[in-house]
Amino acid sequence: MDKFKLPRLAIAGAIFYAVVQLLILTGVLNGYFVVIINRSMIFVILAATLNLINGITGQFSLGHMGFAAVGAYVSGTITTLVFKLSPHVFGDNLIFVGAILLGACAAGVVGFLIGFPSLRLKGDYLAIVTLGFGEIIRTILNNIAYVGGPRGLLGIPKFSNFTVIFLFTFFTIVLLRNLVQSSHGRAMLSIRENELASELAGVDTTKYKVLGFVVGAFFAGIAGGLLAHLLQIAHPTQYGFYASSILLIMVYAGGMGSLTGSILAAFSLTFLTEGLRVGIDWLRDSVGIPIGTEWTMVIYALLLIFVMLFKTEGFMGMRESKILIIEEKHV
Amino acid sequence: MGSVFSLQQIVNGLQLGAIYALIALGYTMVYGIVRLINFAHGDFFMVGAFAAYGAFYLFNFFLPPGGCMAFLVLIMAMAGAGAIAMIANKFAYRPLRYKPRLSSLVTAIGVSMLLEYLFSATPFIGPSPRGFPELLKKRMFLIGGAEISNYVMIDLLVAAVLMIGLTLLIQRTPMGKAMRAVSQDKDAAKLMGIDVEKVISFTFLIGGSFAGAAGLLAGLTYPRIQPYMGILPGLKAFIAAVLGGIGNVPGAVLGAFIMGIAETCATAYNSLLGEGIAFVILIVVLLLRPNGILGEKTADKI
Repeated sequence: MDKFKLPRLAIAGAIFYAVVQLLILTGVLNGYFVVIINRSMIFVILAATLNLINGITGQFSLGHMGFAAVGAYVSGTITTLVFKLSPHVFGDNLIFVGAILLGACAAGVVGFLIGFPSLRLKGDYLAIVTLGFGEIIRTILNNIAYVGGPRGLLGIPKFSNFTVIFLFTFFTIVLLRNLVQSSHGRAMLSIRENELASELAGVDTTKYKVLGFVVGAFFAGIAGGLLAHLLQIAHPTQYGFYASSILLIMVYAGGMGSLTGSILAAFSLTFLTEGLRVGIDWLRDSVGIPIGTEWTMVIYALLLIFVMLFKTEGFMGMRESKILIIEEKHV
Repeated sequence: MGSVFSLQQIVNGLQLGAIYALIALGYTMVYGIVRLINFAHGDFFMVGAFAAYGAFYLFNFFLPPGGCMAFLVLIMAMAGAGAIAMIANKFAYRPLRYKPRLSSLVTAIGVSMLLEYLFSATPFIGPSPRGFPELLKKRMFLIGGAEISNYVMIDLLVAAVLMIGLTLLIQRTPMGKAMRAVSQDKDAAKLMGIDVEKVISFTFLIGGSFAGAAGLLAGLTYPRIQPYMGILPGLKAFIAAVLGGIGNVPGAVLGAFIMGIAETCATAYNSLLGEGIAFVILIVVLLLRPNGILGEKTADKI
């Protein structure tokens, strides 16, 4: 008889949650760190889903933040403008989850639309089209007065806390892992390796390319909704090309096709950003060297170039941590 | 005036198109030779504008303003942007030449970010916009109901001279022949004794210097420069190159003029449409005619 064993991923998730929660309760982690951890987890969702599109299906999206923007604005509109919800009412939290999911569905629909050009376009052309779509979404948001236009959507209630974000991130990772390691995931990988060959082998490439975009966009929409309810603002500039390129750095530095890599890269780059910001502020205010926060992005750009030049496959390559590999059942 | 398709709009469109054309030529040449969409090309344009800005204040010490100085500033803008393009090629693109194409595309995004943020992080340049000096006195002429400044003529003239020069270079010189050969088949060209890397480097130099010239013209025409000024013109010029058929030199020029006129007319109609028209054109072209207008004429590809 087989003994029932908890999957490794569940154990790892529970340990992470318990440790962080314990550190918060004992006061070791102050609010500032909690915000960084929350942001890191949101970026885990974004980087992992971009990895699904770019790394696993082998497409090339440069407008991933556009999906997040759709999720953020749809859910933010529902919670802020339509219902005026409050995080202190229990029922409102349920509506909040509904709003997030609705925003994700809207993003998924947009992903479906953007997935279509991917049927005819490859590589660099697709990159430009997705970049264009991201910019169009940003321009449209800039021009809708109802959601604040260029001011952004202000006064969003703060529904996102550590537990909520953790649960969403955890389920996203579980679902992505299951998808990637299923037969569907293998079909997606085969498209990346050689589209023509996989089509000849009977893979419905059309279906899987669009599926990659829809799933990626859906979860990016969740991440956008969580981000809006964490920062309490949704602003068109948050979702521009600049933000999408940071996701790109996370995916490529972590490793194309490795969820582990995306998770690690999202955490380390979010912490690096904060570290650099603190370091630059310190140099400017205490040491008196007149430097601006732009240097953070200079370092990021160099990081991206060096990763591509010297570690093209990223730090994890295609490898997955043991935690993220589905365990075989032995009879 | 006031109407969407007035002569004035067409003239403004041609002026914008001339600037797009100079940028688009670089995109299309580099794409034709190494099959790389050089995302950083718009930033070479920005480098050109700043090189011109710096050159103006340098020459201002010992030269009287006027045509001679404007010419020297143009040379400096072209040299500055061309040099940056060659450096980017040497250190960022060349090592990835035989790796998957997407890795050089990502590197190009990195180079683009690096140039933008390095310029905005440099204390003497900084992120805030600067006014561009008036190199030449602006005069207005009234021709057929449209106000045409001498800047329009300068923009069109510089663009025309450079384009004729480029055509002669590609068609009549040994280097042009080598460029055409490399664009047709890199390996065969190598077997014929052509130094492929040298040709690629030269292509980056020419493409970059054209973008630099466009940077000067843009600074002159729309006198505000800042480190992120290259992003949108770069993107639109790229779309122009795709519209004309990427890899095709006359196509890039044609696409750029169509793009410039479409944009000014659309902006006159509605500013939101003006912002989005480029992407609408791109998506329509890619879906209906991915090879572009002149894309089938492979004989002219360089």
